[in-house]
Amino acid sequence: MTKIKKAIVPTLYILFLMLPIYGLVSMSFKTTNEILGGFSFFPSEFTFENYVKIFTDPTWYNGYINSLIYVVINTGISVTVALPAAYAFSRYNFLGDKHLFFWLLTNRMAPPAVFALPFFQLYSAIELFDTHIAVALAHCLFNIPLAVWILEGFMSGVPKELDETAYLDGYSFPKFFLKIFIPTIAAGIGVTAFFCFMYSWVELLLAQTLTSVEAKPIAATMTRTASTSGYELGLLAAAGSLTIVPGAFVIYFVRNYIAKGFALGRV
Amino acid sequence: MNKTINQKAWWLILPVLVLVAFNAFIPLMTVVNYSFQETFGNNQFFWEGTTWFEQVLNSDRFHAAFLRQMLFTAMIIVIEVPLGIAVALTMPKKGPWVSVCLVLMALPLLIPWNVVGAMWNIFALPDIGLLGYTLNSMGIDYNFTQQPVSAWITTVVMDVWHWTSLVVLLCYAGLSSIPDAYYQAASIDGASKWAVFRYIQLPKMNRVLTIAVLLRFMDSFMIYTEPFVLTGGGPGNTTTFLSIDLVKMALGQFDLGPAAAMSLIYFLVVLLICWTFYTIMTRDEVN
Repeated sequence: MTKIKKAIVPTLYILFLMLPIYGLVSMSFKTTNEILGGFSFFPSEFTFENYVKIFTDPTWYNGYINSLIYVVINTGISVTVALPAAYAFSRYNFLGDKHLFFWLLTNRMAPPAVFALPFFQLYSAIELFDTHIAVALAHCLFNIPLAVWILEGFMSGVPKELDETAYLDGYSFPKFFLKIFIPTIAAGIGVTAFFCFMYSWVELLLAQTLTSVEAKPIAATMTRTASTSGYELGLLAAAGSLTIVPGAFVIYFVRNYIAKGFALGRV
Repeated sequence: MNKTINQKAWWLILPVLVLVAFNAFIPLMTVVNYSFQETFGNNQFFWEGTTWFEQVLNSDRFHAAFLRQMLFTAMIIVIEVPLGIAVALTMPKKGPWVSVCLVLMALPLLIPWNVVGAMWNIFALPDIGLLGYTLNSMGIDYNFTQQPVSAWITTVVMDVWHWTSLVVLLCYAGLSSIPDAYYQAASIDGASKWAVFRYIQLPKMNRVLTIAVLLRFMDSFMIYTEPFVLTGGGPGNTTTFLSIDLVKMALGQFDLGPAAAMSLIYFLVVLLICWTFYTIMTRDEVN
């Protein structure tokens, strides 16, 4: 009995989380006429029309490809450069380490709205405007500090004796780092990659500012469609439903570590 | 962990430093440049001193946006933290349901922010949305595009929907690090449920809760996309938070000087509050 009573809170909470998602997904299977005709809980004429449009129209599906390209580039860059830095922060004391660590974090705190216009000017000046690499680099602003923070937490959990033993056994630093240390914290790296993926995938303001045609992310395609061609709610709902898929896919892989990752490896 | 002193560690940090400095320093300097000067285009700048700062600090518009922002952030933290703790405490501890709960709860966190806004917009539409239709058919007069109160409630509920899971996951991580022996000792002593919560669970969640509040504070203070897509800052200016106001000023009216000055003030406030949090957090780490 108490077990059932206890399940009430999480069940209600998950129900609350699922309702808006259900609203979106059910709308994506409705025809425009049905949507504008009034409210219905289930689609009465079940249609795949909206999805067909997205998968056949290059302006739509290219949006997904563009988003995935810059997200993957960003995740790669962030994790690669954050690994040695996090190691340094977790193992060594050096001049200005604490200040540097806080300075890194301040970049995670900077509101993207503050940087939108200067970023546009900066990336136009170095002729990277409207490329995937521009968005990937811009997202490094908040993803690298986050990656360093999470990885540092995971690395501090690895006893220092591991390093010392390896050095005594004659391992050089790069060899130790690649052959022993990275496999040891593989779970931490997975979680970090997940977080970089997540924050780059959900961010829109910078991605939209730095692109126009060639690298336009799916989120921007959606907002522009909404404003130009009237209000095609069904299409918009279908596009929105599809943006949930990659996220759901990556969560499944890290589900056992995700809680620890949100605690930034510090539990 | 006792760390060794090694100045060569700087070399390991170098790549991070170059990338973040490129992204942070140059744009920040651009903002600083704009905030002290007046420009009429053609790359001509005139020194203005602190005019823009005085103008922003004395403007009613900034005060109003700032107050709205503080109110919003306070509201979502007051709702999300207790709710997150409650859900984390009642979540299953082991078994197949754990994974199901974790995956479903994490889902809102991975939805692009403008889709969150669009989803809630659709959900809350008074005539055709699930929420709006249900409320109106229950006899509650609800229209978030016209009533400021409805708009506020919708925005807050949307943020609760979007981010409470972050608090849940953090608390869950904190709770699952408590050894079983603690609970056994408590039941031998005949401790009440409240005592277990107050003297075992809450202290163990202390650190993760600090992180949760810090993250929620930072992110809610820079919220832009979701309310922008949901309400566009309206009706009127009632849900125009700091970032929305800033973008309106910079890109809508092209008032670059005041916008830059406002950016710097805004950033300094966030920095100050986060620095306080961070010092508290690292002080605990030392103890």
